[in-house]
Amino acid sequence: MATVRLSFSPAPVHVRTARLVGVAVARRAGVREDLLDEVRLAIGEACTRAVALHRQYGLHDPVLVEMSDSGQYAVRVVDRAPIEAGIGLAALPPDELANEALTDEALTTGVGFALLAGFVEDLQVRPVDEGVGTEVRMVWPVGR
Amino acid sequence: MELSLATRAVGEHTVLEVGGEVDVYTAPRLRERLLELIDGGARHVVVDLGRVDFLDSTGLGVLVGALKRLRAAGGSFALVCDKEPLLKIFRITALDQVFPLHPTVDAAIAADSTGAGA
Repeated sequence: MATVRLSFSPAPVHVRTARLVGVAVARRAGVREDLLDEVRLAIGEACTRAVALHRQYGLHDPVLVEMSDSGQYAVRVVDRAPIEAGIGLAALPPDELANEALTDEALTTGVGFALLAGFVEDLQVRPVDEGVGTEVRMVWPVGR
Repeated sequence: MELSLATRAVGEHTVLEVGGEVDVYTAPRLRERLLELIDGGARHVVVDLGRVDFLDSTGLGVLVGALKRLRAAGGSFALVCDKEPLLKIFRITALDQVFPLHPTVDAAIAADSTGAGA
């Protein structure tokens, strides 16, 4: 069960708020201090992805962030976009990153996934259990 | 911290000092400033990330966009960064193999001047 639940309208300005809350709860939960930068970045990337999808599909539904600290620090970021959950988290190779043909959106998406996959050891991207959408689930150890 | 942007000229190089958080909300302002500089004739741009305390994929996308644009115009683009958390972001995304990364502005300008054969 979530100890802190945040839902925000899908606007870029609120992603920073989600990062701040996510890190505050992580610190409170006992996540090691040297992991907090990664927690901040990963929650930001997951929320940025969700906001981008909601805007792309013209959805006004809020993005949901759930943080739970029972034994470990688990964060779920849930979007409502009608797409297959993106499981392919492959990073783009360097020569492709600088490729002229790669659009800014594709680049940012690829880089965002590379950051999530690179910074979160325990990462799952899967369809939500009920209704339409995807959840990005990230877990960090709690070292008390 | 809010995004801060300051520009100065060093010889034929334009140095853009960026501070604060570069994310999905603030990155459009960074993109606008870089476009202004390039459209205004800047061809050798150094972006100093020394005072950046957060950088996400949107910010990285803006930097790659500027790099491509300047290369296409026959110019050059380099980054200044010596903070380990930021350097890790470049390594994980393999963007450390795309951008010239330097620890100081002087080093970036020196490397660019010799590398470009200017």
